[in-house]
Amino acid sequence: MSAQAAETLELDELVARIPDGARLALPPDYSGCAMAAVAALIRRGARRLHLVGVPALGFQADWLIGAGCVGTIETAAMTLGEYGLPPRFNAAIKARTVRIMDATCPAIHAGLQAAEKGIPFLPLRGILGSDLLKHRPDWKVIDNPFAGDEPGTGGQDPIVLIPAIRPDVTLFHAARADTHGNVWIGVRRELMLMAHASRTTLVTVERIEDTDFLRDERLAAGTIPALYISALAVARHGALPNGLAGEYPADSKALADYVSAAQSAEGFQRWLSEGVLAAAPDRTSARVPA
Amino acid sequence: MSASPPQQPSGQIATLSTSEIMIAAIAPMLSGLRHIAVGASSPVPGSAALLTRALSGGRTRVSLLGSRQHNPFTDGGRELFDCAAQGRIDAFFLSGGQIDGAGNINLVGIGDYPETKVRYPGSFGSAYLYHLVPRVILFREEHTPRILVPKVDFISAAGTSPPGEYRPGGPHALVTGLCVFHFDRPRARFRLDSLHPGVTVEQVRAATGFDFAVAEAVPVTPGLDAPVLALLRGRVAMEVAETYPAFAANTWGIGRGS
Repeated sequence: MSAQAAETLELDELVARIPDGARLALPPDYSGCAMAAVAALIRRGARRLHLVGVPALGFQADWLIGAGCVGTIETAAMTLGEYGLPPRFNAAIKARTVRIMDATCPAIHAGLQAAEKGIPFLPLRGILGSDLLKHRPDWKVIDNPFAGDEPGTGGQDPIVLIPAIRPDVTLFHAARADTHGNVWIGVRRELMLMAHASRTTLVTVERIEDTDFLRDERLAAGTIPALYISALAVARHGALPNGLAGEYPADSKALADYVSAAQSAEGFQRWLSEGVLAAAPDRTSARVPA
Repeated sequence: MSASPPQQPSGQIATLSTSEIMIAAIAPMLSGLRHIAVGASSPVPGSAALLTRALSGGRTRVSLLGSRQHNPFTDGGRELFDCAAQGRIDAFFLSGGQIDGAGNINLVGIGDYPETKVRYPGSFGSAYLYHLVPRVILFREEHTPRILVPKVDFISAAGTSPPGEYRPGGPHALVTGLCVFHFDRPRARFRLDSLHPGVTVEQVRAATGFDFAVAEAVPVTPGLDAPVLALLRGRVAMEVAETYPAFAANTWGIGRGS
């Protein structure tokens, strides 16, 4: 292993890098969710996490909320798609046990882009007149200082400013890392944005390949360089029960079973004890000796 | 245009499902556009967009979120939004847990925010795209006073903007399981444009919680002529099934038994 490579850890060591209260950026269900790591985070008993959905959240957030790990959820949407409403999220909103910061997709992207550029905010069109703005005192409206230069603006042109979103940690799952610690994400470039914007990026992968993705032009453009990767852990089938594009489909029965179990707090606790707390993480199988 | 359905195919219409009538109502609104984007959970608009593309002879581009085969974006989740702000997207589709007579939509919940009694998924990109995409078509099959309300409990995205605000986009029409409303932007008001087969104006009034204008004569929503219907149920249905397998199975029996 070369000197600059990201650390390779066991799953439990990886999630130990996510402190209580961390602002934790997570992808939506279709984009590579580190479900095995989320289960490990629940076993560790994480608390007061501030989840940032990039730009929406699903099963992993519902698990974490149900397990009492979440203080705040900042997202453009919370959805389980065709599996129905997210039961623990909805219960937590009703019981006021989590704080919700409703956003809109491009505002999440813009906040991360500001962080990526190391600047305090980005302006964004639209949003004016939405009640989102009333409930997001951190979003500001100014008059476009360049409006005088643009025809038809009358010199005013109000525009919304979105503050930088700088997550403490980004956590996701990908198919492939290499022995230099580079992570291939293909077309899922919001994962690149998240890694650029975050202080720490933790990634679980199906396998670590004995190669250097950056030497292959065809792979390099879809690769997050090790520069942005803090640590890796191998987790075979680490996105299950969600799917991983190009690797395996979602386990739709397991997802549907979760939704029916989690309709009540008791059902969720039973699911948790049997499915998450009882499970020993798969530590070894695909690790390439480095 | 060849893409437009005929005006009075009354013999055909009885054979269409409600989803197909909605697809038939949306498709002519898309005819001739360069680039149609379709967001999450939008199988009916997605079908109308893919049908329009199939009829366009390659002139219309469709970007279907959630699809691997019909999605050209390579720069992550931001790209759709950046495209929209540049004017590269001509049409988009939004729905709502509540929609009001001023074109405001609510995707957040019912009751006093944030302690909503009923929580919807959230606003997604609506608060932005509603302002930037020139032709936003609202769709919601359930047409009841519960959905179509006098005033939404939470404005995810506002139907209109005061003068002086940058607003190239906004609502164009609202397509439900009963009818088609056109949105009159200067008046910030819907106008009943057509009734689906067998539906009356009185029925629409009773099912709608907001006031709306009614044209002198309200035609029946045009259906699809036989070749277009065959295209929808054939090639387009297969394309839709890639992203919306459950919808394609329920609507057209695609993939049943496999």
